[in-house]
Amino acid sequence: MHISLGLTDEQVLEMYRYMLMTRKLDDRMWLLNRAGSIPFAISCQGHEAIHMGVAYTLNHEKDWVCPYYRDLGLMLALGQTCRDQLLFAFARKEDPNSGGRQMPGHFGDRRFRILSGSSPVGTQVLHAVGIAYGGRLTGSDHVVFTSCGEGSANQGDFHEACNFAGVHRLPVIFMVENNKYAISVPLRKQVAGESIAARANGYGFPGVTVDGTDVFAVYQAMKEAVDRARRGEGPTLIEAVTYRLQPHSSDDDDSSYRSRDEVDLAKKRDPIQLFRNYLVEQGLLSDDYEHRVIARITKEINEATEYAEQAPDPDPSDLYRYIYATDEGR
Amino acid sequence: MPVSNMIESIRDALGIALAADDDLLILGEDVGRYGGVFRATEGLQERYGPDRVIDMPLAESSIIGAAIGLALEGYKPVCEIQFLGFLYPGFEQLISHVSRIRYRTQGDYGMSMVIRAPMGSGVKSHELHSDSFESFYVHIPGIKVVVPSNPYDAKGLLLAAIDDPDPVIFLEPTALYRAEREEVPAEIYQIPLGAAKLVREGQDLTMIAWGGMVPVVKEAAVQLVEDQIQCEIIDIRSLYPFDQDLIVQSVKKTGRVIVVHEAPRTLGVGAEVAAMIQEQAFLFLEAPIMRVTGYDVPTPLGALEHVNRPDVNRIKKAVQQVLHY
Repeated sequence: MHISLGLTDEQVLEMYRYMLMTRKLDDRMWLLNRAGSIPFAISCQGHEAIHMGVAYTLNHEKDWVCPYYRDLGLMLALGQTCRDQLLFAFARKEDPNSGGRQMPGHFGDRRFRILSGSSPVGTQVLHAVGIAYGGRLTGSDHVVFTSCGEGSANQGDFHEACNFAGVHRLPVIFMVENNKYAISVPLRKQVAGESIAARANGYGFPGVTVDGTDVFAVYQAMKEAVDRARRGEGPTLIEAVTYRLQPHSSDDDDSSYRSRDEVDLAKKRDPIQLFRNYLVEQGLLSDDYEHRVIARITKEINEATEYAEQAPDPDPSDLYRYIYATDEGR
Repeated sequence: MPVSNMIESIRDALGIALAADDDLLILGEDVGRYGGVFRATEGLQERYGPDRVIDMPLAESSIIGAAIGLALEGYKPVCEIQFLGFLYPGFEQLISHVSRIRYRTQGDYGMSMVIRAPMGSGVKSHELHSDSFESFYVHIPGIKVVVPSNPYDAKGLLLAAIDDPDPVIFLEPTALYRAEREEVPAEIYQIPLGAAKLVREGQDLTMIAWGGMVPVVKEAAVQLVEDQIQCEIIDIRSLYPFDQDLIVQSVKKTGRVIVVHEAPRTLGVGAEVAAMIQEQAFLFLEAPIMRVTGYDVPTPLGALEHVNRPDVNRIKKAVQQVLHY
């Protein structure tokens, strides 16, 4: 499958490594939260296949990303490190995302053209269309990727952004990571008709639904969308359907709104396990290789945790920095 | 020297800015072929094209949200919101992003943009077409707020706002768009943000106002001369940052102050001005600082707006109270 999509053996193994790293890092955040070391954790478990399908289709030298707070795997594959994320979780001064200003999951990094978003969800989709309009004026062929949950897709800004992108045929990819729940509210109470992708028809551009637990399905849809955008043929809406395997955040008790049976059933379609099965079937993944990869990841996360734990907090004088241009830049 | 009203001087400034900077874009509803509902952008799309003078969908959050993306991409957006009361759908983009992107990116990205909007009452347009909630915007750290009161200042302040590295809310008193004509130089000039203007000198009392209230306090001051009262008038012009020094200097001279605004009284900018004065010049005060303001009501019915809007009589009455305290 991967060969026919143009992916090499090395690339799919690297994808698997990033997926494992994402899961282990996510697990570490929960652990640190439960141990009282970090105030908050937000999980991406169940979204990792989407992240890889996206990361391997974007051009890391020029494309922009206005992400969803569950895009940890995408951030790692774009170039952020476990240390960057742990500094973020501890809200340390050295955190590259915002210097400890933003909530965890509000990724931002100029090095990789990742734009920091906001907590009232779904506002970043409008920034994506603005960037895309600007890029077209400049004559750049960069693509702007923006993602959100199916809950955010009900925000007015989501509609406004799709509408504007449709009118101007902008090179934007709207990815809706449909994990079936907006915190506690199930899909059927959020969306009539149950399809977000179908809305694209009204905006005058293609909308597709893909299995968000399948790296290759996401990769294929993304590749087509990126190619269309780069050719100047306008936006695409992709709805990648998956399941949120963990509670919304460290402050959520999901047993109050969904059964363990339902969650257990979804865990049987854990995207990392599915991808692993594929790699084993293809004879690409040996136990020995996997053990070595996991050992390396664990070491990296341990070192990053230790580093972030000891890293200094922002200085009180940082309170007044970066509010106006006169308050100095970096 | 050419003579202009405020709307012409604003159009003049926008035209100059478009000509001077290829990266400057105008975004708004009806700003293109139509030239804006008040004609501030008339003829500009014809000269600079639809890619730079952009007719946006009727969706204010899109205007501000897309402007953010454009600013990130290195462009200078100048947004027109049709009325200040129509900015509310874009308020979230303003408070969640425009004001904070510099902060949360640790200075990696500034949000150099201008958001223009007509504000205030005095032309009998109802409710949201006449809102004067400038204090919402003054309250947001990361944003600057400017309100001109005459054609000359409008041009110089707008050019300074466009040149500013930070986001500026530029509020244009609707009642003054065509109220007076005065000499406005054709060339480029800037009036620095944060500098108030001493409109009139006097030793008995300091009147502080901005925007649409400036002509009203000027008229009151003229009438008060008949009662041998000499009022000093300060037009704040820039509500954030605001010029504390000029105000304090004046208060130290007169010892008596009224602040006039058409916004609702509670937590209006007048409250901030009064608090600042008592912090910095308490021992110079001869009387309490009085506010003459709109009432704590939604901008009222068109036919009753004069009841809400401070007028010469209410101002004169407040002056007498302060003088005879």
